[in-house]
Formats: sequence, C-alpha cells, structure tokens
Amino acid sequence: MISRRQVFGLGAAGAVAAGAGALAARTLPAEPAAQAHVEEVFPFYGEHQSGIVTPAQDRLHFVAFDVTTTDRAELAELLQEWTAAAARLTQGKEAGAFGATGGSREAAPDDTGEALGLPPSGLTLTVGFGPSLFDDRFGLAAKRPAALADLPKFPGETLVPEISGGDICVQACAHDPQVAVHAIRNLARIGFGRVSVRYSQLGFGRTSSTSRAQATPRNLMGFKDGTNNLKLEDADLLREQLWAAPGDGAAWMAGGTYLVTRKIRMTVETWDRTSLREQEEIFGRDKHEGAPAGRQKEFDPVDLSAMRPDAHVRLAHPSAHGNAHLLRRGYNYVDGSDGLGRLDAGLFFIAYQRDPRTQFVPIQASLAKSDPLNEYIRHVSSGLFACPPGVVDAGDYWGRTLFA
Amino acid sequence: MSVITRLAAAALALAALTACSAEDPGAAPAAGAAPGKVTVTASDTACEVGVTELAAGTSTFAITNGGSKVTEFYVYAPGDRVMAEVENIVPGLTRELIAELPAGTYETACKPGMVGKGIRNALTVTGEHKPLTADAALAEATASYKRYVKTQSDTLLVKTQEFVDAVKAGKIDEAKELFPVSRTYWERIEPVAEIFGDLDPAIDAREADLAEGEEWTGFHKIEKDLWITKDISQDGPIADKLIADVKTIVGKANAAELTPLNLANGAKELLDEVATGKITGEEDIWSHTDLWDFAANLAGSKAAVQSLRPVLEERDAALVATLDEKFAAAEAELGTHQKGDGWRLHNELSKDELKRLSDVINALAEPISKIAPLVAH
Repeated sequence: MISRRQVFGLGAAGAVAAGAGALAARTLPAEPAAQAHVEEVFPFYGEHQSGIVTPAQDRLHFVAFDVTTTDRAELAELLQEWTAAAARLTQGKEAGAFGATGGSREAAPDDTGEALGLPPSGLTLTVGFGPSLFDDRFGLAAKRPAALADLPKFPGETLVPEISGGDICVQACAHDPQVAVHAIRNLARIGFGRVSVRYSQLGFGRTSSTSRAQATPRNLMGFKDGTNNLKLEDADLLREQLWAAPGDGAAWMAGGTYLVTRKIRMTVETWDRTSLREQEEIFGRDKHEGAPAGRQKEFDPVDLSAMRPDAHVRLAHPSAHGNAHLLRRGYNYVDGSDGLGRLDAGLFFIAYQRDPRTQFVPIQASLAKSDPLNEYIRHVSSGLFACPPGVVDAGDYWGRTLFA
Repeated sequence: MSVITRLAAAALALAALTACSAEDPGAAPAAGAAPGKVTVTASDTACEVGVTELAAGTSTFAITNGGSKVTEFYVYAPGDRVMAEVENIVPGLTRELIAELPAGTYETACKPGMVGKGIRNALTVTGEHKPLTADAALAEATASYKRYVKTQSDTLLVKTQEFVDAVKAGKIDEAKELFPVSRTYWERIEPVAEIFGDLDPAIDAREADLAEGEEWTGFHKIEKDLWITKDISQDGPIADKLIADVKTIVGKANAAELTPLNLANGAKELLDEVATGKITGEEDIWSHTDLWDFAANLAGSKAAVQSLRPVLEERDAALVATLDEKFAAAEAELGTHQKGDGWRLHNELSKDELKRLSDVINALAEPISKIAPLVAH
C-alpha cells in the first residue's frame, strides 16, 4: 500500500503545501515551515491515543454518534472496523483496502475519495465514550468510571440537547480540513446501521498550543489563548493531571483521559465594540503580546494580584483550584450567520483531564459565576467522554479494555 | 425521480492511477485492461465513434471530450431506450462506459451541453445473441423480477385509470384518496421506468424539477391542483396525458431486457429515493403522502433483492442475513406509522421520528450497495 500522496506524485502535494504555507505564514509567523507541516504523520499505535498531547493541528472535525444497535457484539465489531480504518487514515492511506477507485467498478468504493492526492496532513483520530453508553443497553453500567459523572448545570448555560452529549465521539484533527472531514465521513459511513451521527462540528483555527514548539494562537476575541496550557513537554504534570492511572477507579481507563467539550457562542459584535482597556482587564492579559497584567512578556510569571479579582485568567488559574490544570485543545468556529445580521461564531472548547470532577467542574463553576466574559459568551452545547487508552498494535482496538 | 440507472462509468485517469494502490489481492483490474475498446471523440459539434459495427456482448467505449462543453454519451436501442449512458464528461476528460449489447440496431449519441437529442450515429451489433447472463440462476433472477414488474404495472394501469377518471369527473375527494394509492404501484417499479428517461419526468416531475418555461405534466401537477388550488376543472388533458404516458411506459417496461445489475442498482436507487425525497417530504410536498411512496420504494427494493436471493445466498450468505435483518428493521420502523390502510402524513412526524426512519434506511442501503459487484459477473 502506498499513500494517497504517492499515488499522485509530489507535484500535487507540493502545490497543496504551498497553499497551506501561505495561510500559516499569515496567521502564525512562528510556525515551522509548512511543507513539513502537511507531510506530518503521527503514530496511531501507542500507550495513549494520539490527538491529545499531539501538537494541536490547525483544523478540527468533531462528531458525536448515537449508537443505534442494541447488540453489544455488533458495537465491539464496529469499534474494531473503525480502528482498522483509523489506523489507515491517520497514516495518509484510504479508508478501505481497495480505496476510492481500486475496487470493482460495480461496487460503491470503500473510500469516498475526497482526500485522494492530499498529504497525510497530521491527521489524528481520537475516540471517547459518553455517559449514555454506560446505561443498560450494553451491560456496561458497572464499568462507568466515577470520573465520568454527569456535569452539573452551570448558571447561564443554554444547552441545546441535539448538539450535546452522544454515546461515542471522534475528534479528527488535521492541518487540512478536507482530510479531517474525509476521515469523519468515512467512519460515519462504516457505522451506518450501528451508529447514527448526532451532531458534528467543524473548527477552523486551533485556539491552544499543546507543545512549546508552537506559537500561542488567538481565539475569536483576538486574545492569545492557552499560554499556560498543559503541554507535551510537561511530563510530570501530564502524569498528574492528564492521564488516568490504574488506581483511579476504572482499571480499563488506565492510560486514558476524560474529555469535556463545550460549544461557546460568542457575540463577537458586542465584544468588538468594547474598549481595548476593558477587553484586556476582562482577560487579565494584554492583547498584543499576551503578557499577564503588570508584566512584559507572554510567558512571564502571572501576578494574580495585579489583575481585577474577576479577571478570566485569575478565575481559571490553577492556584485558585488546588493546582487543577486542563489540557485545552479547542478550535474557533463560524457556522455561517444567525439570520439577525450576526456571525454564528465562537469557540468549540475541548479540554482533556484526569478527572473532570476536580478539574473542569470547579474551574467552570467559578467562571460561570463570576467571569465578566459571560456577557459576551453563551455555552450552547456540552459533551463529556471517557477516552480509553491508546491502541497498542494491530491486534488491539478502540475500547478493547472496556469490551473485553 | 432520480438519475437514470447507469451501468459503469469512471474517470479513466483515476482508474489507471489507483490500479497500483490496492494492497489486497483480488482488486479488480484497471479499466484500461479491457480489450476491444471503442474510441469516441466528442466535440461541441461532432461525435466520432470509432466503429459502426460491433460484436454482440460486452463492449467498452472510451469517450474523450475535446470540446468546450460538458457532454454525455448514450447508447440507445430503438425507441430511445437507454442501454448505457455516461454523464458529466468534462472538457479534456476521457471516461469509459461498459455496455452489454445483444445483436440489433442501435444509435449512439453525444450530447454537448447535455441538452437535446444529441449528435447521433448508427451502430449495428451482430453475431450470436449472447444472453445477458450466462448463469442460469441470474437469468432466473431477472425473469422473476420481470414477473414482479408485470404484476405491479398491471395494477398501476388500473389504479391510474381510476385516479384519472376521478379527476376528469371533478371528484376531488375521491381523487385525493386515489392519489397515493396509484402512486404506490409507480414507486415500486420506478427504477425500471426510469430506463426510459423521457417519460419519467412527464409522469413524475415535481414543480421544483422544472426549468423555467418547461411544461409541467403528471401526478404532481394534479396533486397541486387537488390540495392547493382546489380546482381540477382544467386538468382533463393533463389526466389524459398521464394515463397515456403510463400505458406507454408500462409497455416498454414489460418488453425491456433487464440485467442482474439493473436489479441491484434499482434496489439501491429506490432507497436513495427514500433518503433524498421521502424523508425530507419533498416528493409529495402538498399532499404530504410521502410515506406511501416510502413504503412502495421499500417494497420495490425488497422485491428486486429477493429476486436475486438464490444467487446472493450462494455468493455471500452473510450479506443475505444482514439484508434480511435490515429490511425487517426498516419495515418495523415504518410500521409504527401505519394508520388504517395507509400511513401518517409526513408533516405529522416529529424530527426524531424522521431521524429514526433515516437511520434505518442508511443501515439498509449500505449493505444493498454491496449487491451490485456480486452479480456483475
């Protein structure tokens, strides 16, 4: 098997890389050369799933599925088929063995074809299991981790059920949106009859860095986001704050992590009419450099006493929550417009952690109560998922430790 | 309505490039390997076909569009019955078409700009009239399905006549009751009818399907008058044309030679119709009787699959089991909406109910799409 790109030769890949390079140069001047960027391939097999500490790629297609089969064996079989396809897709290959054009001419192709000729683009696929999967349908109730406790209702949220929850989620991240969409589309197709798409979300710009090699990007409020994020290089903190350990309660989750998603609509129009002074005071950082209040440089130590008491950075700071960190991996989104002359825009917030009960929940409770940003944002969807450990080799599959 | 059943068409460039991309054994050979290819050179004003005579059996046409307009290529049997077609050949591209042609006289046509009768050439096919399917089980499958088409089309004639009579007599309520019933027999065999491209739009076009200034005839014109304008006094000629068109198409359908591939693709297309037209309520936008059509499409799809069943059991028993299970699930989900002898109206269903119907159709259509390669050889 050769990769999609090799099929079409280097010419096409070069052209794609040049296009991506132009974009990257405009938005993220500190990024490494984009040529290497789109050629990136991350390993699929490993102790942990890829797509978590993997340096955040530029684009997102996130999907949540409802499981429609009630047969546990059929569900486990689907997870095995998905794993096989994901192992191929993340390496820049087509979803099935024959591919978009290599099979019988009378058969519908086993790959949908829109990624033909595109480089691997750093695609990662990350799976998670929602609380609803642990109801009485599949005999999994006893295996529901305590850390997968339903999130409390936070003040001010207006969650839309149709775009919240889900039995299973898959996060596809890549440097090219077409590659991410291709992956989700093919997984959805493989799943017909066993799962049904509940909702999906495109994200066009990463809002966090998960590696010190990456520049800190900006959210749609124009501020650098995730300066103090958990990062790939923070080995001790990752062990303490990110990865579930065997003694945490659910043995099958050892090496896994918990995912919280929040779709946060921003009323960017009113935000844009707010003075620079107020914007900076609300965040607790300066807008140009991203330096914390009273400091000069982005990565200077934070002085909380220099900020107003309800500054966003201060409310969310680990020191306010027993040193609770999150690995944030969110994406900006624009879902067109809302019919009232405004962009339907915001942040698809994604955070990984070892235990939401002591990490996301207290941080969000504090923000929901006091954050002056609440005047400009609204949480409209919410998801919670247990992401199992990594697939170790070709004989393993997503969720084996749960279903075995 | 949907696209006409097509046999096989793919971009030559892609097929050649990906022939080396399958790592598993058993990948189909690239199209370029097919012997006896007939070259067709199309332009905006000409259609040069490499031969005027062919041997009976399977032929491959390679159509290159050297013109500036998107073109199509057809092989017609007498009466413009489509034997094979390939659409959307963009300028500069070569596409292939595989056609199974028994001995007889045919016409080829290029349609630059995809309109009109096209640029025609005669084509004579000679030699032994090879049966379309050598395999006796496959032959029996098509024979069995033809019997189904016969019984359905007989009833279609009767019910359409009743509907037409009621319309012409100005009996609005009776016509409204007969509308979904007569359509049921139509929707069960529609893919066969669609082989005769011209008549399907005349019988079944929706208002949204029409180009500006195009004449609108058939079921849906009368539907609008029954439910919206509530005036059918001017619909006599439309009703007469409807029954005449149905008679014509029924005659042609019963005379048509069908291949196992027609059955397999027809079964899939019927479910595509459900997915794109009936789930959305676009088919019967005024009467909201979409679930009648849904049930008919599902029944027609099942009939085609069942005709192929002995062949499928031999070639992929696991697929047959899956199909049985998914047909049963789809019928059960649809069954929850039965109301008397008919069905709930589309606008009475909640979004959740429609999503469940959509899910069972997706679940069924994927395995159905696996039938065609099994019966293609």
